[in-house]
Amino acid sequence: MVSLMSMTQTQKILARHAHLETVRAGQLIMADLDLVLGNDITAPVAIREFAKFGKPRVFDRDKVALVPDHFTPNKDIKAAEQCACMRAFAADQQITNYFEVGRVGIEHALIPEKGLVTAGDCVIGADSHTCTYGALGAFSTGVGSTDMACGMATGQAWFKVPSAIRFVLEGQFGPHVSGKDLILHIIGLIGVDGALYQSMEFTGPGVAALTIDDRFTVANMAIEAGAKNGIFPVDETTLAYLREVGAREPVIAAADGDAAYEATYTINLGKLRPTVAFPHLPSNTRTIDEAGDVRIDQVVIGSCTNGRLSDLRAAAAILKGRSVAPHVRAIILPATQKIWLEAMEEGLFRIFVDAGCAVSTPTCGPCLGGHMGILAAGERAVATTNRNFVGRMGHVESEVYLASPVVAAASAVAGRLAGPAELDTL
Amino acid sequence: MKAQGTVFKYGDNVDTDVIIPARYLNTSDPAELARHCMEDIDKTFIQKVRPGDIIVAARNFGCGSSREHAPIAIKEAGVSCVIAATFARIFYRNSINIGLPILECPEAAAEISAGDTVAVDFATGKITNVTTGRSFQAEPFPPFMQKLIAAGGLPQYMSAQD
Ligand code: SF4
Repeated sequence: MVSLMSMTQTQKILARHAHLETVRAGQLIMADLDLVLGNDITAPVAIREFAKFGKPRVFDRDKVALVPDHFTPNKDIKAAEQCACMRAFAADQQITNYFEVGRVGIEHALIPEKGLVTAGDCVIGADSHTCTYGALGAFSTGVGSTDMACGMATGQAWFKVPSAIRFVLEGQFGPHVSGKDLILHIIGLIGVDGALYQSMEFTGPGVAALTIDDRFTVANMAIEAGAKNGIFPVDETTLAYLREVGAREPVIAAADGDAAYEATYTINLGKLRPTVAFPHLPSNTRTIDEAGDVRIDQVVIGSCTNGRLSDLRAAAAILKGRSVAPHVRAIILPATQKIWLEAMEEGLFRIFVDAGCAVSTPTCGPCLGGHMGILAAGERAVATTNRNFVGRMGHVESEVYLASPVVAAASAVAGRLAGPAELDTL
Repeated sequence: MKAQGTVFKYGDNVDTDVIIPARYLNTSDPAELARHCMEDIDKTFIQKVRPGDIIVAARNFGCGSSREHAPIAIKEAGVSCVIAATFARIFYRNSINIGLPILECPEAAAEISAGDTVAVDFATGKITNVTTGRSFQAEPFPPFMQKLIAAGGLPQYMSAQD
């Protein structure tokens, strides 16, 4: 029997931040926040709303992070004005964690790298992919600008406590399969609203085989299944990462053994194949073996989903000694300045440039159809990003295929949607 | 609080990228955002919409990006209410936080057609299709959200708590 006191991992974190012994699914709570995040699109709206709270100062200048990553380096005059608004607010409020161009990165790669999130934290960000930090065993969720304003003013946010779906992972990945293939497989399985209003809790012996970067990629795309958050248990891999980045002392919350779940899926990692989401939904998945002949015009390797050093290494391993097809533009976007520097020092940029790729400064850029690689009508891109909605990367008649860095790199070489295995037969 | 208007009807998974495309997010001016509302799913929406009109959609309305610009654009375009079978969660809380009334009602979402005239009573959750005479019952907001909406949005509600 499920005891009344039993809670999921997410519910335990929420209970502690609401100063309650227990919480149950559906309960409305006010929770204390460890970090409030915004970017150059959402923060200007939040700054306008912040004034309505009538508080002169943010609740804690060390617990607000402002990251100009979307339309930066400033794409145009309007974008420059939005960044100027955020910069002025950061200066006025003496925000500790404001990151200027030259020190910035894509928020969801940058925030963990700077050690700003630890296990057990309760985090909101005015960006839907704030769910990324669930990889570290934190409760972390995307909200809108008014919630961000409220968080900055009061240090609190309201939540409806979610129920959860459990994913039991077993085995380990075969060659050329990674976290991206796992999460695309799951979204294909449950649909883009398959976890609506719910937590996705990942568990099972297979978790140990996932690198921290795999976990970031998986948690990042929980929102693409409609979830409130995605979360991983805290293990040696997590603790080693938190130590390395100098994060605060973790508070480990584990799900109760008899916690209630709405559904449980068991996934054998060893059975997964490289997976691609076809236009125009992340749930429209096929394995690379079923991809067919899809000629492409552009490849984008980057974003908060797959712009980390391990992603760039995986792409470089494919591109080394090969050439991007003449009709393809391949754009590589390291997610942060630190990743950029490490990739350069490792010699990855030499491999990319020799292959015919353009390497960009860290930015969201083309991921949201902002700049740095917009698609024309009828063009197709393979991207390591997370959304392939109509018009996401440019014209409403363009198409985005979501895939792992390995598949994106192989496709760049083949000039069509392709897995790494196909390169040997070219 | 009541609303009545002509219905614009959409399907499943209307995402915030089509409600307000990112290429317009270099501004946060509500009037300018409204000018591009629904542009990538319905080019004629902004010419046709009249104050008080109602959007009806199927499942997972507002999925994708957390941009509050999406409910702001809809509200500023004059839409009085959005009815859907289900809403994506960030869109749901953003709408409540900025005071755009939204109602979840799968039956109404299925049975109301584009161009119908629909009346909504927010206090009771009753939705009436004036064109066909059929009515539907939506889940009314929990008390906490009613207070929040009555206060005029999250900033006003939180300030009143102090
Ligand atoms: S990389 Fe793409 S999905 Fe990630 S924060 Fe930037 S725009 Fe959003």
